[in-house]
Amino acid sequence: MRVMAQMSMVMNLDKCIGCHTCSVTCKQVWTNRDGMEYAWFNNVETRPGLGYPRQYEDQERWKGGWVRNKRGRLKLKAGGRLKKLATIFANPTMPTIDDYYEPWTYDYDMLTNAPQTKNGPVARPKSLLTGKDMDITWSGNWDDNLGGSQETAHQDPILAHMSEHVKMEFENTFMFYLPRICEHCLNPSCVSACPSGAMYKREEDGIVLVDQDDCRGWRMCVPACPYKKVYFNHKTNKAEKCTLCYPLIEQGKPTICSETCVGRLRYLGLMLYDADRVLEAAAVENEHELLDAQRSVMLDPFDPAVIAQAKKDGIADDWIAAAQKSPIYKLISEYKVALPLHPEYRTMPMVWYIPPLSPVVDVISNSGNDGEDARTLFAAIDKLRIPVEYLAGLFTAGDTVPIEHSLKKLAAMRSYMRDINLGNEANENIARAVGMSGAEMEAMYRLLAIAKYEDRYVIPKAHVESARDLDEFACSLDTDGGPGMGGARSTGDVLATARIPGTPIDSTVESFASLKNLTDPSEPSTPGRLNLLNWNGGGISNGMFPPTAEAGGSA
Amino acid sequence: MNVVDVLLWIVFPYIAVASFVIGHLLRYRYDKFGWTSRSSQIYESKLLRWGSPMFHYGILGVFAGHVVGLLVPREWMEFFGVSEHLYHLGATWIGTVVAFVTIAGLVILLSRRGAIRRVARVTSVMDVVMYLFLAGSLVLGTIAVVQFQVLGAGYDYRGSVSPWIRSLIFFQPDAALMAGVPLMFQLHVLCSTTLFLIWPYTRLVHVLSVPIGYLFRPYVVYRSRDAHRGARAVRRGWEPSDRPVPKRPKQKQPVRPGH
Repeated sequence: MRVMAQMSMVMNLDKCIGCHTCSVTCKQVWTNRDGMEYAWFNNVETRPGLGYPRQYEDQERWKGGWVRNKRGRLKLKAGGRLKKLATIFANPTMPTIDDYYEPWTYDYDMLTNAPQTKNGPVARPKSLLTGKDMDITWSGNWDDNLGGSQETAHQDPILAHMSEHVKMEFENTFMFYLPRICEHCLNPSCVSACPSGAMYKREEDGIVLVDQDDCRGWRMCVPACPYKKVYFNHKTNKAEKCTLCYPLIEQGKPTICSETCVGRLRYLGLMLYDADRVLEAAAVENEHELLDAQRSVMLDPFDPAVIAQAKKDGIADDWIAAAQKSPIYKLISEYKVALPLHPEYRTMPMVWYIPPLSPVVDVISNSGNDGEDARTLFAAIDKLRIPVEYLAGLFTAGDTVPIEHSLKKLAAMRSYMRDINLGNEANENIARAVGMSGAEMEAMYRLLAIAKYEDRYVIPKAHVESARDLDEFACSLDTDGGPGMGGARSTGDVLATARIPGTPIDSTVESFASLKNLTDPSEPSTPGRLNLLNWNGGGISNGMFPPTAEAGGSA
Repeated sequence: MNVVDVLLWIVFPYIAVASFVIGHLLRYRYDKFGWTSRSSQIYESKLLRWGSPMFHYGILGVFAGHVVGLLVPREWMEFFGVSEHLYHLGATWIGTVVAFVTIAGLVILLSRRGAIRRVARVTSVMDVVMYLFLAGSLVLGTIAVVQFQVLGAGYDYRGSVSPWIRSLIFFQPDAALMAGVPLMFQLHVLCSTTLFLIWPYTRLVHVLSVPIGYLFRPYVVYRSRDAHRGARAVRRGWEPSDRPVPKRPKQKQPVRPGH
C-alpha cells in the first residue's frame, strides 16, 4: 500500500441551474487570452446534447482513454508508444478547432463610428482566426437548454447507444446540466500520452498540470484525454488545461468555479488512495465493476493502518485530518451517492457527480402525484427507464443499479426530511429502506441541502514549512501569452504599494487575503489613525474615529 | 584556392556550425517557452495528414542518405562489399524517389500554408525565411542529382564533397576539395549551410526534441510541487538568504510510483 492524497471534486447535479457563472469566471481567470479564446477549462453542457467539443464521448472516433487488451493490461486506445511516435507528424485523432468552434468577436467599432445612414449600423461577427466576416454556426454551448435539439440531439453519443429501445420524443424529453472540468484522473491518459513528459500529476495533491517550458506541442494529449479537457493554445502552440486553480488550492481556498457557483453545488476535499492498486483497479475486465474497483482504491482515512502508512508516505497530519473531514469521502465512500463520469474510459476520474433526481420528480409532479412521497419516488425510479438509463450511460458504463441506489437515497432523503420539516415524526423506515440510519439521512441533508461553505470546501493549505516560499513563487507561466500573464510578484509586504512610490500593485491571491484581513495597520500614515485605503469595509476599526470624551479624556 | 574559396568553404561552414550549437544552447536557456513544433494541425487537418508525414518521413530518409554518402568513407563501404556501382545505383534511385516524396510533401504543406487563411495568418517572417532555404536546399540538391547522376554521366561527390565535410569535422579544413565541384552541388551546399545557420532561430528547433525518452519512461509522470517550485532559476544577485532550518522531522519525498 502506498498512500497518496488527491484533491477531488463532487458536483451535485440537482442543484445546477445552468447559469454558466462557473464557466465565465473560469474564463476570466484562465483563458481570456489570444490562442485560448475557444477553450473552456470549465463548461456546462445540457444533456441530452452533443457536449463540447462536439460528440467528445464518441471514443470510437477520438480514441481517448485506455482499453484493456487480451492479456488484461491497459493500453492507450489511440495506440502504444511506437504508434504514437510514428504518427507524431500528423496526429490522426487530433480534433480541429471546428470541432470546438471558430472563435469570433464583433465589429463593435462599427456601432460608434459608422456614418449616418437610413438603417442602423450592425456589428458583424468577425472570425478571430482569419479576421474575416463569418457566419456563427456552432459554439461551446450551442444546444444550451435543448435549443435546436430536434436537429442535433440524436447525435448525442450516449443516446446513440440507447436508441434501440428509447425513442427521442422532444415533448416528453428530460434534461439536466452537466458542468465539466478536468477530471484530474488517478490514471491520466493525457499524461501517459505526452511524448515530452511535460504533463505530470503532482505528488502532493494529484493535480494534473502541463509544464509550459517542457511542452513541445506534439499534441498527443489533446485526443488522448477522453473528456477533451486538454486544449491546444494556438498562439503559444502548447497544451493547456484546467489547473484546479492550484494557486488557490495551495492557499486553502476553493477553485474559482466552486467559489462563484451560484447553486453551491460543488464540493472540494481530499481523498486518500492506494497508488499501488490504481492500475489493477483500472484494468478490471467487466466495465460495470469499474465503479466498485475505483471505490476500493479509495482508503478509509480513519483506519489506523491507513493513517500509519500515510504518515510513512509523507502525508502531514493536517492533511490526514482534512481527509477525515472531507465531504468528498462522505459522498463517495460513506453515502455512496456520488458517481464518476464515464468510468469505462479507465482513467479513474476524480471529479464525481451526484446524479440528478429532478427529471424523475418532474415527471411525477407533472402527472399530478406527490413528488416527495418515498414510495411514489421509488416506484418511479424503477419504472422511468429513460433518465435512469441515460444517467447510467454517463456515470456507470451503462449499469443502472448504482444509479437507482443513488437516486433512491436522494428520494429517501427528500421524504424523510419532509416529515421532519412538517413537524411529523421522522419515519426511520424510509432511511432503512435505502440502507441508512435517520442520523445519516440528516447529516447527508445538511451536507447536500444546507451545504455550508466550510462543509463544502475542506481544503488543507500547502505545507506550513513551505508556505513562506510560496510568496516568492516564480511561476513559469508568467510569460507573455502564458496562463500566468506576468504581473507583480508578491513580496508578502502588502503595504509596500502605499508606502513606497513605484512599487507594483501586489495582486496575488495571498496578499489579497492578507489585505482583506487587515483592520489594524501597523504603519498608518499618522500614528493612531486608520488609513482608509487599508480599511476592509467591515465594521469600525481602531483609529477610525477620534477617541470619545469618556474613553480618551484629553484628546 | 583563393580568398573566396576559404570564406565559402571554411569560414562560412564554421560560422554556421557555431551558430547552430550556440544558438540552440541560448534558445534552450532563455526561451524554453518558445521551443515548440508550432503545429498548425488544429486549424486544418486534411491536407496536413498527407503533406506532413510525406515531408517528414522523406526528410528523415534524406538525412540518412546524407549520413551514408558524406560521413562514411568509400573504403569502408567497399570493405562491407558495397561496390562503387552498387552505391551509385542505390544512392541515385532511392535518393531520387525519397527526394520527390519529400518535395511533394513540402509542396502540399507550403500550398496549405498559403491557401488556408487561418494557417497563413500565423506564418511568421522567420517561417518564410526558413521555408526559402529549406525548399532551396531540397530543390537544388534534387536538381544536382537529376542533372549529374540520373541524366548525366554521374559525378563522384564521394571524392570531393564527402572528404571536404570530413576535413571540416576533423578540424583540418581543405577548401581546395570544394573548388572544382559543379555549381549545382556548390549552391546546394551553400543553401543548406545557411539553413543550419538560421536553424536555432526558427521553428526547426523541434528537430532536436525528438521524444525518444517516451519509449522508456513509465506512462504516468509524477512530480513534486516542492521539488519543482520556482521553475525558473534564481537570477544572479537575487538568491534568497539562507534561513535557519526549523528542527522538525524532514518530510520524506514519496518515491515516484513506477507505473
